[in-house]
Amino acid sequence: MDASSSVSHAEHHPHAHGEHDHHELGFWRKYVFSTDHKVIGIQYGISGLIFLFLGFCLMMLMRWQLAFPGTKLPLVGNMLENVFGQGAVANGVMTPEFYNSLGAMHGTIMIFLGIVPVAFAAFGNFVVPLQIGAPDMTFPKINMASYWAFFVGGVVMLVSFFVPGGAAKSGWTSYTPLADIVDKGPTYDAIMNGQTLWLIGFILLITSSLLGAVNFIATIIQLRTKGMTWMRLPFFVWAQFVTAFLLLLAFPPLESAIVMQLMDRVAGTSFFLPSGLVVNGAQVSISGGGSPLLWQHLFWFLGHPEVYVLILPGMGIVAEVIANNTRKPLWGYKSLVLAALVLGFLSFIVWAHHMWLTGMGTVVSAFFQTTTMIISIPSVIILSAFFISLWGGSIRFTVPMLFATAFLPMFGIGGLTGIPLAFNSTDLYLHDTYYVIAHFHYIVAPGTIFAVFAGIYYWFPKATGRKMNEFWGKVHFWPSFVCMNVIFLPMFLQGMLGIHRRWYDGGQGWNVAAEKVWGLSGFHWNLPISIAAWCLGLAQIPFIINFFYSMRKGEKVNDNPWEATTLEWTAPTPPRHGNFPVQPVAYRGPYEYSLPGRAKDYTMQTEPVQPDERRVREPSMSLGH
Amino acid sequence: MEIPYTVTARPDTGLWNAKVGIWLFLASEVMLFGGLFSAYIFLRLDAPPGYWPHGLLNVPVGTINTAILIASSVTVVLAWASLKMRRFKAYWWYMLATISCGVIFLVVKLAYEWPQKFEHFGAYIKTSELEKYEKYLGNKHLLSQGLPPRVEISGHLHNPEALKDPKIKEYEIALDPIYTDPTNPAMDRPHFLYVPPTNKVAAIEKADVERATMFVPSHSTYFATYFTITGLHGLHVLGGVIVFIYFWLPVGSKLYRKNPEHLANRVEVAGLFWHFVDLIWIFVFPLFYLL
Repeated sequence: MDASSSVSHAEHHPHAHGEHDHHELGFWRKYVFSTDHKVIGIQYGISGLIFLFLGFCLMMLMRWQLAFPGTKLPLVGNMLENVFGQGAVANGVMTPEFYNSLGAMHGTIMIFLGIVPVAFAAFGNFVVPLQIGAPDMTFPKINMASYWAFFVGGVVMLVSFFVPGGAAKSGWTSYTPLADIVDKGPTYDAIMNGQTLWLIGFILLITSSLLGAVNFIATIIQLRTKGMTWMRLPFFVWAQFVTAFLLLLAFPPLESAIVMQLMDRVAGTSFFLPSGLVVNGAQVSISGGGSPLLWQHLFWFLGHPEVYVLILPGMGIVAEVIANNTRKPLWGYKSLVLAALVLGFLSFIVWAHHMWLTGMGTVVSAFFQTTTMIISIPSVIILSAFFISLWGGSIRFTVPMLFATAFLPMFGIGGLTGIPLAFNSTDLYLHDTYYVIAHFHYIVAPGTIFAVFAGIYYWFPKATGRKMNEFWGKVHFWPSFVCMNVIFLPMFLQGMLGIHRRWYDGGQGWNVAAEKVWGLSGFHWNLPISIAAWCLGLAQIPFIINFFYSMRKGEKVNDNPWEATTLEWTAPTPPRHGNFPVQPVAYRGPYEYSLPGRAKDYTMQTEPVQPDERRVREPSMSLGH
Repeated sequence: MEIPYTVTARPDTGLWNAKVGIWLFLASEVMLFGGLFSAYIFLRLDAPPGYWPHGLLNVPVGTINTAILIASSVTVVLAWASLKMRRFKAYWWYMLATISCGVIFLVVKLAYEWPQKFEHFGAYIKTSELEKYEKYLGNKHLLSQGLPPRVEISGHLHNPEALKDPKIKEYEIALDPIYTDPTNPAMDRPHFLYVPPTNKVAAIEKADVERATMFVPSHSTYFATYFTITGLHGLHVLGGVIVFIYFWLPVGSKLYRKNPEHLANRVEVAGLFWHFVDLIWIFVFPLFYLL
């Protein structure tokens, strides 16, 4: 059938939810144990955003300790003492153990319970089937299982805060032998202790991401609608496709490592414990023969692809938003796709650049330095293509576009500052300093999180039929943008001065010596950073209010408020179970904006190609075009 | 709402959904066991001479189990082929055979092989005291043969209370045959057939022992990897058996009456998983039993 008529049909009936399904599901099956990809996407999104905020709260607590080491926590000090006990907060001052727990759990929650669920699972679930014109994911029940495995994993992680000894405290990387021997002894339960629960929670999270990854790849391979060839897929779908492969293949080695660490902790094996290990002045009774390095290898075999799991969905979102708001085709679509694939492949062979300090041989380190250099090429291709896409566009600075535009320089800073870390010689100096913190936060925080915000503002109308408020969106954006930079820019300085990332006193002790010996001082930066962090927290309030207010009271919009071209905007709003009233057909590429000789400046993928149509050309870089 | 291509293949990919799904899942399983096997390699290469034991597992039993698993891989294919030929009765019997093989494998593993290990005892002798136990270890002979030394004395522990009671100063071990005649060249290599501990009891002073435990995961990196990998493999076998039982129960015949091809597809997917589990065992068996 003619697909364009389905579009106009949908536009005439913006309240498609009034239509009834063949069978009406009960509340529990519809909103809680749902198999509908959109509901699961929203479940992932809401839980992920809550976890993101929680992880951020942990950091806001740590920032007090860093700015005012050893002083009483204001406002929440007494409350935390009542909730977590004297072992965590003594007389309103957080203990080193609690500080370590906050640090380890901040990383764990932000990455595995925040960003991945939101950027990959939430947007992937909600948007991908719609963009490829599928009725749902290939395996809806497995999709539901994926969410609930994630949910239980998250609950286990949260419970670990309340067991004796508190949550995991060996860093988010859980390096052995420390993570093997911590939280053990007569006062600890064999299972109900922070580190063991961290491992169990992780097994559930890995299960969840495995089920999700299989589902995403199978969906993209099998359920593309008629005419939706591989090169007509929106870049977002490509990004999710590569991300799913990374999750599929990189997580299992970590799972094997986690099983081994669990065996070390519960069954007393020595996978990661070397012979003759001495703890607290006494030799430990273990068989020994294990290797702490083995953990690092298996961990970073996940750890590095995980970086691209965090950034690729963000890049996908940014691509959609940029194409839509510049009103012109994405520049270099084919190079973008190829770069994403190469990025995915190369991300598997760079992991040891996280381990320069372990003293590997020159051959091995030369190999990993080389691959690390090579992987910057596809990243630069992607970023350059986005920048060039802005060239000559009539840019609409909507709220999603503001976030997407901010993503570009922020990701650029994050990426470029990674180069000194890629070289063995410079990394030996910068390793484990605040420089590293600043580097990867520039990629993940003002990078991916901004992309996530762009995505939320962009697809909110599709999920709810209402737009989020533009003014309050800008009130959300500008302070967030400023605060992010005030937080992370000084950290480069601190790191280059030598402040270590895991110091409980925020470098106060170091500062005394540094001032005497070198006349340097970096500690004083902690206060402005902390103030900016708390302000960043305040800056999220307009977003939270806007989010819930707009759900009920926001401006009502039609099916395609952004005048976009991809298939999700042809579906009724919000899409009902099964998505499309009539299966859509794709006749053209995903970004046919400003096609010459057309009344509208956008041509949807469902519009058949006219026989006399002049095909769109990618605009050239010359000024005279 | 219907998800397309659940039973029939999509024309351009030539695959139905679950087949794509299972191959992806198996790819991730390769990485999971790949992580464990690379740990095995890493730890084995790292082990000092004499610290990677040989000949502690029961090779004939392992061989039988290998044969059982391979047989079950054949029967599951026959079960699938019977469905394709629409012979439900044959399917039912082949499926039963597959399930039985899986169950026998697990019983042999969990009720025979593992407990036998848990009842076996080994004591690592301190390097400084190895000389004292030369008559059991025969290290001079091994050195002359260019073989790695023996650092452990194993067998049946006669006084298990010695493990708990600090007042008992000695372990009394009914020696494994290898320690009764250590210089015999026949003992240089592990036995193929399992030989139980002898009647010859040796007393080993606790003061001379570096570390002594039953053959449990914490005994050595060898047993740590053995129990972890075979345990995880056993869990996979159990998962496969449960899925097969589900298809074998009336659920299967109901689906068969509705859409026989759908049941055939499901059995095919589960069969692919089963072959993978079999394949893992083909790696496990030589790595732990033979090499």
